[in-house]
Amino acid sequence: MMQIKKNIALSNTGFVFNPTTGDSYTINQVGQEILGYLSDNKTVEEITSLMTTTYDIDQASFEKYFFDFISMLRQFELLDENYEN
Amino acid sequence: MEKKLFERPFIKKLQAGMPSKFGMKSQAEPITHIDNVPVPELLAEHGSPLYVISEQTIREKYKQARQAFTTRYPKVQFAWSYKTNYLDAVCRIFHQEGSWAEVVSGFEYDKALQNGVKGSQIIFNGPDKTDDDLKKAIENDSLIHIDHFDEMYSIIAISENSGKRPKVAIRVNMDTGVYPMWDRFGFNYENGDAWDAINRIMINKKLDLVGLHTHIGTYMLASNAYKVAAGKMADLAFGIERKYGVNIKYIDVGGGFASRNTLKGAYYPGSDTVPSFEEYAEAISSAILNSELNPRNLPTLILETGRALVDDAGWLLGTVIANKRLSNGNRATIVDVGINLLFTSFWYEHEVYPAAPVSEHMEETTIYGPLCMNIDVLREAIAFPLLKKGDQFVIKRIGAYNMTQWMQFITLRPNVVLIGLDGKVHVIRKKENMELIRQQEVVPDHLK
Repeated sequence: MMQIKKNIALSNTGFVFNPTTGDSYTINQVGQEILGYLSDNKTVEEITSLMTTTYDIDQASFEKYFFDFISMLRQFELLDENYEN
Repeated sequence: MEKKLFERPFIKKLQAGMPSKFGMKSQAEPITHIDNVPVPELLAEHGSPLYVISEQTIREKYKQARQAFTTRYPKVQFAWSYKTNYLDAVCRIFHQEGSWAEVVSGFEYDKALQNGVKGSQIIFNGPDKTDDDLKKAIENDSLIHIDHFDEMYSIIAISENSGKRPKVAIRVNMDTGVYPMWDRFGFNYENGDAWDAINRIMINKKLDLVGLHTHIGTYMLASNAYKVAAGKMADLAFGIERKYGVNIKYIDVGGGFASRNTLKGAYYPGSDTVPSFEEYAEAISSAILNSELNPRNLPTLILETGRALVDDAGWLLGTVIANKRLSNGNRATIVDVGINLLFTSFWYEHEVYPAAPVSEHMEETTIYGPLCMNIDVLREAIAFPLLKKGDQFVIKRIGAYNMTQWMQFITLRPNVVLIGLDGKVHVIRKKENMELIRQQEVVPDHLK
């Protein structure tokens, strides 16, 4: 299971703030929802199910974009790698 | 319940710094239609990728250019630069509008004839004209622009066995204050080679020197360079009039007018820096009109502009194949248009637009073509919307050089369509097939 760092702030208007580094990010609607689910400790399977129900996207395609998005969160050091491990 | 449209998830780091002083739009406006024909319809009907040419845009650009020059100079003649785009349908639009043909090879020369251009309205440029090419051009009274002394003596030799007096001009290269100076074609003005060539033609008496030609460079952003060039050409014409009492019939200032594409490495976008037709026309016309030439006997001004007339009329449509992350986290998008179809991506930062509305989110992206070659890069870094596999896009301003310098490399060249003035879509070059490629090949018996 993946988790974003506990102290990451997510606004309803699509901004993400990392108080440790002071970096801010902009995020689109789909990214915002995924980040919200990750904060709620949802599993990849749960997130995939929720998103493919809401959005016009098949499971395989969603997973592809999801893991690409996760790689960006990792690149920006927003993931709690210890939690993941 | 109807499902919501999916956009791939996206996160972008906000960079503190100077805001863009150009006020660039942060959202990519889609190009959904070309001349009122929907892009998805074009791709569904004719396949992806697809070249699209707009007849209306060609005619509009031509009229703009013609008006800019004819309102400033009494005798103006355009000659369509075949090498810029020699698809027959494109050439015929220009010829219908009144353009002569400007060709640089025997192949282009024959194409012009087959397009119905009169021999006397074909300008034959270039350093490589075979004896057979020259014989044909002499026979047809075409205007042969001499590139070097070897060619001049070939023409003289051929004319001795022919009943015709060849109509020739010399190509002149010169310093117009721009770098790099194009001195590989023709005879130099400053070192006296041009005068030497003129004197040899006039003294020989076997050739008719009817014109003077120059072509100072390509994608010229300084209209003043044309003023310098036209002034030097007028000086040569006046010198010929004074020394030999011969009035040169035309001054051909070549082409090189820039299109509004942005050159690689340019600080400002091409749309902000490229001179208008009016600026080029003013520079050239004023230089000739203000010269010593007799205003009652002015030479015709010939223009061979290609790129500036046809670039805007071409679009290249394509489809996203895949997205991936590079090792540094940067996004890469792979599309079905490669440098084999977009040769001008070596020179320009081509504008790429989505074919359907997208959100305001854009990501710094490298756009790669589909070729299995490291150099197949359409854009090194472009703020690009979040297109996903199967999404369609439109590359703007590709009408010049791509349909002549394209390569049949690892795949086949696609359809080219023309949207006519009537709004109908016409295939003007059919996509290639295996049979077409293989019929040129011969397998020796021992390998069968």
